[in-house]
Amino acid sequence: MKLRPPFFSIALLSAAMLAYEILLMRLFSIIQWHHFAYMIISLALLGFGASGTFVSILQKPLFKHFSVAFLINVGLFAVSSVGCFLLAQSIPFNPDEILWDSQQPMRLLGIYLLLALPFFFAANAIAMALTYFHDRVARIYASDLFGAGLGSLSVVALLFIAMPLQALAVIGCIGLLATAVAAWELNVTGRNWVFVALAVISAGLIMLDARSELQMSPYKELSQMLRISGTEIASEHSSPLGLLSVLHSHTIPLRHAPGLSLLASGEPPAQIGVFTDGGGMTAITRETGEPADYAYLDQITSAAPYHLFQPAHVLVLGAGGGSNILQARYHAVPQIDAVELNPQLIKLLREDYADYTGDLLSTGNIRLHEGEARGFVTGTNVQYDLIEVALLDSFAASSAGLYALNESYLYTVEALQDMLKKLQPDGYLAITRWIKLPPRDTLKLFATAVDALTNMGVENPGQQLLFFRSWQTGTLLIKNGVVTETEIAALKKFVTDRSFDVAWYPGIQPGEVNQFNRLAEPYFFQAAAAILGDERAEFFERYKFSLKPATDDRPYFFHFFKWSVLPEIFSLREKGGLPLLEGGYLVLVATLVQALVASVILILLPLFFASKEKRSSNPVSKSRVVTYFLSVGLAFLFIEIAFIQKFILFLHHPLYAVALVLTAFLIFAGLGSGFSWRLVKGGYYRHAITVSVIGIVVLGFLYMLFIGSVFAQFQSLSIAAKIPLTLIMIAPLAFFMGMPFPLALAKLGDIAPNMIPWAWGVNGCASVVSAVLATILAIAIGFNAVIVLALLLYGVAWSSFPERRVSGIQ
Amino acid sequence: MNYLKFSLFFFFVFFSTTSIAADDPYAEERAAMVKVIERDVRAGYGSLEKDALDEKVNDALGRVPRHEFVPRNIRNSAYENRPLPIGHGQTISQPYIVAIMTNLLQVGKDDRVLEIGTGSGYQIAVLAELVKKAYSIEIIEPLAKQAKDRLQRLGYENIELKIGDGYYGWEDEAPFDAIMVTAAASHIPPPLIKQLKPGGRMLIPVGSRFMVQELLLVQKSESGEVSTRQLLPVAFVPLTGKR
Repeated sequence: MKLRPPFFSIALLSAAMLAYEILLMRLFSIIQWHHFAYMIISLALLGFGASGTFVSILQKPLFKHFSVAFLINVGLFAVSSVGCFLLAQSIPFNPDEILWDSQQPMRLLGIYLLLALPFFFAANAIAMALTYFHDRVARIYASDLFGAGLGSLSVVALLFIAMPLQALAVIGCIGLLATAVAAWELNVTGRNWVFVALAVISAGLIMLDARSELQMSPYKELSQMLRISGTEIASEHSSPLGLLSVLHSHTIPLRHAPGLSLLASGEPPAQIGVFTDGGGMTAITRETGEPADYAYLDQITSAAPYHLFQPAHVLVLGAGGGSNILQARYHAVPQIDAVELNPQLIKLLREDYADYTGDLLSTGNIRLHEGEARGFVTGTNVQYDLIEVALLDSFAASSAGLYALNESYLYTVEALQDMLKKLQPDGYLAITRWIKLPPRDTLKLFATAVDALTNMGVENPGQQLLFFRSWQTGTLLIKNGVVTETEIAALKKFVTDRSFDVAWYPGIQPGEVNQFNRLAEPYFFQAAAAILGDERAEFFERYKFSLKPATDDRPYFFHFFKWSVLPEIFSLREKGGLPLLEGGYLVLVATLVQALVASVILILLPLFFASKEKRSSNPVSKSRVVTYFLSVGLAFLFIEIAFIQKFILFLHHPLYAVALVLTAFLIFAGLGSGFSWRLVKGGYYRHAITVSVIGIVVLGFLYMLFIGSVFAQFQSLSIAAKIPLTLIMIAPLAFFMGMPFPLALAKLGDIAPNMIPWAWGVNGCASVVSAVLATILAIAIGFNAVIVLALLLYGVAWSSFPERRVSGIQ
Repeated sequence: MNYLKFSLFFFFVFFSTTSIAADDPYAEERAAMVKVIERDVRAGYGSLEKDALDEKVNDALGRVPRHEFVPRNIRNSAYENRPLPIGHGQTISQPYIVAIMTNLLQVGKDDRVLEIGTGSGYQIAVLAELVKKAYSIEIIEPLAKQAKDRLQRLGYENIELKIGDGYYGWEDEAPFDAIMVTAAASHIPPPLIKQLKPGGRMLIPVGSRFMVQELLLVQKSESGEVSTRQLLPVAFVPLTGKR
């Protein structure tokens, strides 16, 4: 009996695999750190490339027993998805020791290999199906894309309702379900036994998972706090935004007051710590009913604006545990608005700890909005007297340069302009950041503010800026108007009373700086003067960290790394120089290098194993195949990643934007792939690839030209209206982008089906490299340039579409 | 007879050297570690641009058996110039950092020093070599107990340890000539500043468990005014020379 392709099983498998990929990112962000999570998962995805190599080499035996081999691979995905993570997390890997402990790289390799297994098994199954049913490649690929689209949407929902480890068990079970469906679709003999076996395995997986716990690195903030006697995790709340752990400390108070003046005498009231993924603590502070207990909030740099004027309406961006709200309340602000992204944190404040905070949020003059900061600022019609950008990221992560690969749309030139537009005349925008040594964040922020003011037509930006610091935090005030003498006098008194230092105000004298918290040189003042003066470009060039302001096109505020300084820092590694390395960026580069090396090996291996006879008799040029599938693999993800970034600015919610854009791309690309099947049946390969590439290039350029104005036009729409608009915008581009891969695969199916797994592997490797390369390129040249590059790559793909060799010509 | 004397002399010399070697198989490694630190410091450390440690700090580092302060399985790495994990999520600092921190505190032989965050006890042992009396507080109970046993075993009689919250310092023994805060805190505890003698110094390494980002030196003048100096532990200037 002729077999039918297992469409449903492939869709389910793809859904589980994509969900697994996103879940792994969550799991490793909790037990390790985000940037290492990124590296580990990127490299584990090379399991795709390895599957191409594996199926290429073992085609004959695999296809002799296709049904069983397919079933085993899907089943192994299910079991290894749970088992390999549990094993991998038990490997005591510590990234901080990687440069001097020879065991650490081996442990990291062990983690890569373990986590590559589930992807390897799943990709094996798909590669086998694509090759075995090579006459129906386009439809199989469509199932794969549909499934993946479904997976990306479902995992967001799953992460809201399940704890991360529970979600892992669910994904394992979906993998087992895919195996059962495959047994049914492929009509496997004795399939009832298969069903029974799968039921037993699923029970085993659930039990194994239920007995396991996440093993967080002992060096994470939360792990450190839990070492102190009397501390306990009171509750945990999981969502795709992060795992919130609420920490009670019964014996020793938390006393969270970063940046507190050396002259302060009081300490904070009792507090509860809320950690996100085991780090970035924010504190919920107890209501004592005694205003004087909150005087510590007047002893930190962010309190300055309240000493310059009496704001009537304040907006806090990033409410966290509520410290900035309390600070505004302490200074008797009549109306306080605050924005917080994480609904679970809001629930903690509003419900679980409502009594603890003295019903802070039920007070009539305080309103807490759920949303993303930039989106709230763009959407609101209110003009504020003071907008405060809170300091919510942790010093540890910030100082180690771990945010280097995180985009932030809060600290770009355009973001500051958006915020300045929502200020009343003479109102202030206040931004507080950690002080790092040598200075980085605060200086880049200063330069960003100068650019924002200049873009808004301010001739002399220095007249509207105030900049000061403690040893720990620095605050920048940007006024919607020229700073007055009275305000300068008030600021001077504020800083002197607290042993803070001024770094910039209009008319500042060099003798006034670097008084209380002394640095080897008055770096802050020197930088501020240089950025405002004629030597700005030269200063940026000479400074050993990158201070050029971030923009919406290159939203990497936390990227400070300069290659030219690497040799100097490396030579200082034994003299305590390593913390000067901006680790996040180097991890990104290390990921790319490893992915490239592994990809080259995986792509070349099947060629090595191919028999001489096969090598010479191949009807398609291998270099064409490799060029085509590399180009398509790179280009697809370049565009997908760049568009996710663009739509974050439109939808204003990183999580929903990513889920929606990813799903839309996959589903509409799936439709494109399904449609290309019709063209394949007619044999119109060349026409189809030409039309799809022209479609992609034309639409790509149109989007680049007009997307900004379209977004501006519809910015004020509600999210419910923005979602269909997003789908309409993505649909045509994604539809065309879904065609090139299955078209070429189908062509290979016609003329050289044995090359399908290899092409699949090449594409898998290219996808891994592409995701990492897109970020590195975006940091260097911006997202628009990444899109242009992708369109060029589609052009390259078009010119290297696999064709049968003309006989006699090699 | 002369032959006998010579043999006896040889016998004693031989046994005394072997007994030293048997007592301290790490003596050579320790001496080498001190040499490495001296070499690194000569390149100029941090914003202070010093080119040598005080001799007494070198001597102290040469005396404290660092291998006794690390877990048995990593003893062979004890004298490498790098931080090492000691369990409980804690580390023993890189010897170079211990050296320059100790030097920065500028302690004298009659001083009384306080340390917040005993950890393995290595830093307080180095300080105890230089001062009259050293006090240390550790918040993690098992670590504190281990450090106490270790320091007792090694014969440090001028060190007092207690388990507990370092935020309020050691009120009964205050004021101190110098304070070292190696435990992470969101801010400098005001009670510690109060417990610092006029003219005293407090040092706080800032960063992660494995990497010290900067050294914060808090100085209290004779008149009681408090100021800080933020120092890089390494000779690094953020601007290249003018072209």
